[in-house]
Amino acid sequence: MKIAVCIKRVPVMEVKFVIAADGSRVEDAGLKYDVNDFDLWAVEAALQLKEKAGAGEVTVISLGPDAAQEQIRKTLAMGADRGVLLKSDAPTHDGLAVARALAAELKDGGYDLILFGRISIDTMNQMTGPMVAELLDLPCVTNVFKLEIGGGKGTAERALDGAIEVVEFPTPALLTIDDGLNKERLPSLKGIMAAKKKPLDVKPAQLGAVNVAVRKYELPPERAAGRILGDSAAAVPELVRLLQTEAKVL
Amino acid sequence: MANVLVFAETRGGELRKVALEAVTAARKLAELSGGGSVHAVLAGAAGVSGKAGALAEHGADSVLVLEDAGFTQYNPEALAATLAQKLGGGTYAYALFSATAQGRDLSPRVAAKLGTGLIADATGFVLDGSTIVAQHPINNGKVIATLASGAAPSIISVRPAAFQPTVDAKPLVTESITSATDPGASRVKVTELRTGGSGKLDLGDAPVIVAGGRGLKAPENFKLCDDLADAFGNAAVGATRAVTDEGWRPHSDQIGQTGRNVSPNLYIAVGISGAIQHLAGMRTARTIVAINKDKDAPIFKIADYGIVGDVFEVMPALTAAVKAAKAQG
Repeated sequence: MKIAVCIKRVPVMEVKFVIAADGSRVEDAGLKYDVNDFDLWAVEAALQLKEKAGAGEVTVISLGPDAAQEQIRKTLAMGADRGVLLKSDAPTHDGLAVARALAAELKDGGYDLILFGRISIDTMNQMTGPMVAELLDLPCVTNVFKLEIGGGKGTAERALDGAIEVVEFPTPALLTIDDGLNKERLPSLKGIMAAKKKPLDVKPAQLGAVNVAVRKYELPPERAAGRILGDSAAAVPELVRLLQTEAKVL
Repeated sequence: MANVLVFAETRGGELRKVALEAVTAARKLAELSGGGSVHAVLAGAAGVSGKAGALAEHGADSVLVLEDAGFTQYNPEALAATLAQKLGGGTYAYALFSATAQGRDLSPRVAAKLGTGLIADATGFVLDGSTIVAQHPINNGKVIATLASGAAPSIISVRPAAFQPTVDAKPLVTESITSATDPGASRVKVTELRTGGSGKLDLGDAPVIVAGGRGLKAPENFKLCDDLADAFGNAAVGATRAVTDEGWRPHSDQIGQTGRNVSPNLYIAVGISGAIQHLAGMRTARTIVAINKDKDAPIFKIADYGIVGDVFEVMPALTAAVKAAKAQG
């Protein structure tokens, strides 16, 4: 089974982001980076499918700066076979531009499955996967948290807000992976050593036309500091009073 | 003056609240452009046209009804083809979707078919000339990006609860439309739709959410949350990732970065410390109440009202007080 997984280098979110004074960018200084969580689950899904099939190849593709090689290497250390970096130093928020560049790379790859994470937690666009499926005319199932593949078809359960859809689809197909499908494996020391020798191609990304541009970045309004009403059930009447008279939600 | 096509989301043949929010947002967009028309697309099995009235009531000038057995379940391939065909005709400057699981599956397909711009998950928008300029939370909600799309048509999806459904009644006008492709020929087939079924409110629709964390100590103690939700009568119960990972609550109840993003009027965090991943999913709630025995828990930093106390003591008292308040008013 030949599987491609598209991953993204994203900032580790446990920081206070700093916006440039003119709002033109989120400052990079002090940020750490990792593979987007959902993409790690997509890589794990690919590795498990390959292991179950007993043969195959897992290719990890990322669009990003040179430094994203580090994130691709991490997935190679988990067990993926080869990596491709579509190099783009200018980050774009335009999902379709990214999808076109990825689709150009994926088009002639002969993949049985193409996996994405459901959403990248930096741009929070949640659109690249289904756009690539459309550009490549592939069946597409998003938000997959249960999956079985075999005999040229698959069944999946997808998480809708508050409901579950069970779907059937033929392969080749493109799926986006949600939380709940698996827990990603940690790279072993042996895996880390092996990853250094695995092929990682670097080529320029073909982003093409951009329709969606960022005008500015800003921090969301701070929530006003709250009030501690007490340290026991004795505070409940005051809480109820405030919910009725101040917050007006009761 | 520009026309807006809006997709009205259904589930199990019923309109969702987000559909009315989307029509309200589409009406706003049409008015911003100087008074264009809003056309809502409503797809489903025979009988779905009966739901068109609510769309007109919220500002749709016309409801395009796609009534076909092939749309009994969500059929993204045929829907995307049909919407792209409508949008490709030059009638519409904008298309608007709900940024739900379904809307975020469907809108990118339509945008890719048309080769146009998509702004996802907008919390607000204005027009700058004909360019749509929208706010979209990024970096886990810790940064707001203002995005602009001048493509024609431009596509936008709006975050659930960012627009409150507003009555702006128009005469009910419906037009029957047909699918651009054979809906039976779609490659991906939905074989089953499982909904909560218990009649309880979905987290995305509930004005009040009571959410429990590890501080509840055991799955059976979620009864404290269920009881408080029942006392409110319009509440849903959610959980943290730690809790759903433990299997105490179903995965679909998870609120946070990797689960649901919710914006209720009132969010009551019970035994939740407030990890950043959890806050990412609920920080836009209008009023936040936290009950936790650890006074240093990060949840208190964003809560409007906090009680530093034992949830097993505070919750029954709060449930009783809410019941009493509801009985009075």
